[in-house]
Amino acid sequence: MSPTRQPPKPRLATVWLAGCSGCHMSFLDLDEWLLELAERVEVVYSPLASDAKTYPESVDICLVEGAVANGDNLAMARILRQRTRVVVAFGDCAISANVSGLRNPWADGAGDSAATVLERAYGELAEAEGLAPPDGVVVPRLLERVLPLHAVIPVEVWLPGCPPSPARIRLVLEALLEGERPRLEGPQGLRFG
Amino acid sequence: MSVHTLSIDGRPVAVEAGASLLAACRGAGIALPTLCHLDGLTPVGACRLCLVEVEGQARPLAACVSAAAEGQVVRTDTAQLRQFRRMAVELFFAEGNHLCAVCVANGACELQDLAVAVGMDHSRFPARWPRRAVDASHPLFTLDHNRCILCSRCLRACDELEGAHVWDIAERGEHCRLVAGLDQPWGEVAACTSCGQCVDACPTGALFRRQESAGDHQPRRDRAAVLQQARQQKLWRNQGEVPP
Repeated sequence: MSPTRQPPKPRLATVWLAGCSGCHMSFLDLDEWLLELAERVEVVYSPLASDAKTYPESVDICLVEGAVANGDNLAMARILRQRTRVVVAFGDCAISANVSGLRNPWADGAGDSAATVLERAYGELAEAEGLAPPDGVVVPRLLERVLPLHAVIPVEVWLPGCPPSPARIRLVLEALLEGERPRLEGPQGLRFG
Repeated sequence: MSVHTLSIDGRPVAVEAGASLLAACRGAGIALPTLCHLDGLTPVGACRLCLVEVEGQARPLAACVSAAAEGQVVRTDTAQLRQFRRMAVELFFAEGNHLCAVCVANGACELQDLAVAVGMDHSRFPARWPRRAVDASHPLFTLDHNRCILCSRCLRACDELEGAHVWDIAERGEHCRLVAGLDQPWGEVAACTSCGQCVDACPTGALFRRQESAGDHQPRRDRAAVLQQARQQKLWRNQGEVPP
């Protein structure tokens, strides 16, 4: 008699784009429920709980913190979309660009806010000339505008908050692990900020 | 007193002739969402959140500026109205620069609350991110145009209650903005009495007290209603009780 095979655990990833990591910190505030979560899922990619350097195939749920502000963010968003069943825009930056998007109003005549902030940081405020990072060689190139996640890839679930409360994160994860669509309602469930 | 009888969401409702549909709904215990409405000020029908369907009318009506009439059949919570309201709130968020997390009014903002009420988890409209100024020229108060939704509550409070008429809305379309005096820095407008009624009337964090930081704003939004009532009843602090 062969031993009964356990069904494979859902594969969970978390990704950190242009955000302050506050959403991930709030995730950590789930405290002892994290032990339960660790029993129920396999964490396959995450700045918190995985050493994996490349985003794996066949991910079931991915929490994406942060806006899309540079070329790396954009490439990562596209990769995770291809390899993930349910993408969650995790927190206000992923949902609206939020604080990460504060450079957007400073676009120049051609609609490019990256040029303005680079000139400000490496030109007007710099003590020496020529300190600006070489374009796209060492650090990723800034996009002209900081964008919410759903502006670059389709998103299944929006989980608002700056950061979302641990209870709200748990509500979403528990629903998704049950195969249900999370129902975020009322000030406990929705609310920006 | 003449009375109109109408039906709201299937319920029979009786209101005084001349009452608005908004007043009729509230009298029936139906909480219509509003943003430009403030008890104590003249309604303007600017925000379009209190839209209701009235049988026989081709288009939804703004309840705050529509009179209740005899025999009307009114619906306040249809799928189409819910969709319109959510769309309106999403457009408000896309139009200005609304960042709840770092706003003085975080936790005390009617726009933030409305997003919850209409079930908005994101805006489907691309944000405009307009470049807007902050007027910090007044010794007591600050105006942040990024958070202004042009509801004109400040304008009406200043004009109707204080009688100073410091505020106006200038220009058109996307260039529409609140101006003080003759488009001057607020602190230079001699007509301003620094009464702060505009600050208490503001539904968002566009008008606030200088020293306030993120989440500090605690406006007294009932101030307009209290003042209007006191005036109607000729009740003043030194002549008896102030109405609650």
